Amino acid sequence: MTIPRIPKVSIDLLVNNEMRNVVVRPSDTLLRVLREVLGLTGAKPGCENGDCGSCTVLIDGWPMKSCIMLAVEAVNQQITTIEGLKDTPIQNAFLEQWAFQCGYCTPGFIMNCHALVNIHPDANDKVIQEWLESNICRCTGYEEIEAAVKSVLSKQRSDGRYSH
Amino acid sequence: MRQFLAIGTSVPRQEASEKVTGIAKYTNDINTTGLLHVKMVTSSCAHGTIVSIDTSKARKAPGVRAVLTGRDFPILTGSPLADRPPIAIDKVRYHGEPVAVVVADQEYQAMNAAKLVDVAYHPLPVVNSPTEAIRSQAPLVHENLASYKRFEAVYPVPGTNIANHVKIRKGDMQKGWAESDVAIEASFSIPQSDHAAMETRCATAEIKPNGRVEIYSASQSPYVIRDMLSLFFSIDPSQIVVHTPLVGGAFGGKAPVQLEFIAYLASKAVGGRKVKLVNSREEDFITSPVHIGLDAKVKLGATKQGKIVAAEITYLFDGGAYSDRAAIITRAAAQDCTGPYRIDNVHCDSFCMYTNHPYATSFRGFGHPELTFVIERAMDILAARLNLDPLTLRRQIAIGPGDTTPTQTVLTTSNVGNLAQCIDKLKEIIRWNDEPQVVVEGHKVRTKGVSCFWKNSSTPTDAGAGAVLLLNRDGSARLVCGAVEIGQGTKTVLSQIVAERMKMNVDQIYVEMEVNTDTCPEHWKTVASRSTLLVGRAALAAADDAIRQLRHIASVVLGCSADHLEIGFGRVYQKDNPQIGVQISEIAHGYRLPNGNTIGSQVIGRGSYTMRDLTSLDPETGKGNPGPEWGVGAQAVEVEFDTKDLTYRVVRASAVIDAGKVMNPKAARGQMTGGMSMGLSFASREAFLYNKAGIIQNPRFRTYKDHRYGDHPEYLVDFVETPHLEAPYGLRGIGEHGVIGMPAALANSLSLATGIAMNRLPLTPEAIWREKKENTGDSFRF
Repeated sequence: MTIPRIPKVSIDLLVNNEMRNVVVRPSDTLLRVLREVLGLTGAKPGCENGDCGSCTVLIDGWPMKSCIMLAVEAVNQQITTIEGLKDTPIQNAFLEQWAFQCGYCTPGFIMNCHALVNIHPDANDKVIQEWLESNICRCTGYEEIEAAVKSVLSKQRSDGRYSH
Repeated sequence: MRQFLAIGTSVPRQEASEKVTGIAKYTNDINTTGLLHVKMVTSSCAHGTIVSIDTSKARKAPGVRAVLTGRDFPILTGSPLADRPPIAIDKVRYHGEPVAVVVADQEYQAMNAAKLVDVAYHPLPVVNSPTEAIRSQAPLVHENLASYKRFEAVYPVPGTNIANHVKIRKGDMQKGWAESDVAIEASFSIPQSDHAAMETRCATAEIKPNGRVEIYSASQSPYVIRDMLSLFFSIDPSQIVVHTPLVGGAFGGKAPVQLEFIAYLASKAVGGRKVKLVNSREEDFITSPVHIGLDAKVKLGATKQGKIVAAEITYLFDGGAYSDRAAIITRAAAQDCTGPYRIDNVHCDSFCMYTNHPYATSFRGFGHPELTFVIERAMDILAARLNLDPLTLRRQIAIGPGDTTPTQTVLTTSNVGNLAQCIDKLKEIIRWNDEPQVVVEGHKVRTKGVSCFWKNSSTPTDAGAGAVLLLNRDGSARLVCGAVEIGQGTKTVLSQIVAERMKMNVDQIYVEMEVNTDTCPEHWKTVASRSTLLVGRAALAAADDAIRQLRHIASVVLGCSADHLEIGFGRVYQKDNPQIGVQISEIAHGYRLPNGNTIGSQVIGRGSYTMRDLTSLDPETGKGNPGPEWGVGAQAVEVEFDTKDLTYRVVRASAVIDAGKVMNPKAARGQMTGGMSMGLSFASREAFLYNKAGIIQNPRFRTYKDHRYGDHPEYLVDFVETPHLEAPYGLRGIGEHGVIGMPAALANSLSLATGIAMNRLPLTPEAIWREKKENTGDSFRF
């Protein structure tokens, strides 16, 4: 068996509102490029099989498991990582509710929750579960994460940021 | 009354803001240009001789710098029993065992090359359970058991698959059986599963030209890594430094040493260059050590009134292919074998069995969730036989001060928590007396099951810790210690302990997160829910030392005796006239005189602590004092069971435990609910599935199911506080305890709901269906 050598390609990625030029193998996942080329290690490998959600980033505002997306697929899209979030309601809610222990799954959960409260401001329990069951937290009993996401949703509603 | 300033308040985690912004660094986040990458070739066979390993194609693959096999460095590692080659030699003993290692410039190159290593096996008969392993005609997993070096009290039986045999002999069994009015007997089984911490294990190694070995590892035991590398590779321990940054969950799975040995060998093979070895999830599941399994048999004899007078217990632990800490778990389960009950006559044989499964190591609770499942199921079976309320039975024989444990330790109000009080409080919060245990609504049945538990640690008699407290010029302080932050929040609690003793604002105490074995005072390891005791005592001593120095400097400045001085609120002041005093910030680095000289110099407190009064167990009777204190608790699980499709939902999970002192309420609740979630997860769905050849069918999260968001029930958590006098502020360990009673409480609840004794984990609807269909063997009908 011989392993073919495929030349690397130069691509531009829009990461956290900055255009970044990277040279990658076509088979490099977005997760590996974010972590190993751009040094954005907030997104974590947990399974590299799309099963655990710890690598979740946002692509045009939607949560995406960056371990099952190629970096070359992310060209011309807005990529947001945990490093791109500053003082957001969901980060503060995770702090207030103690929604993490070891912190390893936390960036992935926060990205997913951040997208959820933006995309589904009226999310009910069923929608919240549909979204959040894609991520695994092994430390908490999930009640703190539930409290965090619900506190942001109810704050948004009472602030009238979203009216439906 | 003692005034608590920092203790008992929900002080936020020291590292909280790092963790919500993505800047928290774990071992695999530290990127170093130029390091080489290691990939393992793992066994596709569960038991077999290695006929050949052809590495020629892999060596020629792009980027490859070295390929190693077990024969390149033929050594045996492992503690307490050195039975494990870091890379298999001549034979493989489990599916997933490392058989070769590739080092390459890039990780993908190492992965590609690993696929080119051609290994031929001659399969051998497989030992697929601990019950199979103990049969006289069972194939031997280890042929040379007698020759293995031992580093702790461990009793392997050569010529068998027994890696350790621990005996408990207490009282007079004949007398016990003679006094019994009823006897119950049952068998239980728990398969192996996994810790599945979200961060997979990872280690880097570098051997510098001067011989210095530098390791980074996601570990609970950085000092043990140093000592084991020193022991097995004959390196002066002062030549080894181990770094451990934040760890992404551990649960006992990161206490043993495995990848560090392989990374060290890989570095050695490439002239000492820095290498990194990261487990894939699949490797983390099966190549690295797993959560232990257990087959057990219990016979209890009791009087009509519900006094248990005889307990005969056999534990067969599925230690897997190598003994590792499973041998010590076997002892831990023996020493607490009866659960927290007063029983005068006890006979227990606890065996660590070799099988052709992945090897097992410590898992949160260290044998206690498993033994508790067995004993607490048996307690419910006994309660039903005696027609007694399950909690009443437990309450009347709850162990307490004056009673003796299976290891014949006499209990005091300090070395055991108050179980009776936990049971009483649990009854209240779950409305045990106000609601029926079984409620039927159509095809839905709601039931409550309960479990009590106790736990001591199996701590070495000389386990200890140290701490250094460095005062900054502004009067704040930095605590340096060897405890690893694995998510449990120990470092935050340590800051509270120091703040409390020094009557300082807790914001003024910084705790170093990274452990560096060169610069941090040694800590045994971050396991056994003992770091707050060990490091906490050391931190208290360091605080006292710093206070002594501060008072000394202040006494010179204020011209009075140090005995007249008190510390607190950022000042040192006179007891009888608090107006007269000096700010700590003025003396933390010595009091500066107008001419620039100082009185005194930087205040650096030091403290250390070593466990006391522990003894090893007598090999024939088990008599001894195994650990500092028994934590206790009572737990309950309420399920809603669907009699049509045999599915169920855990509605509520409850726990009352004796925390000694709740140091940080939010952290304590999180430890409990997190533990309860983990216990419910492994009891309800987690298991490795083996085929007949011992090949694991589900080593990935897609097929290995664990608790997800939405599976979580409502949690009710409460605490009892009976101080452990040896520990800072009376605290007791709680890190593992939430897990312990959950499997038993769930099984008791489901046994009630289904009418079938559910004595095997995991409790999936399919398992319930099978039990209903078969309902054979020793199951007891309610």
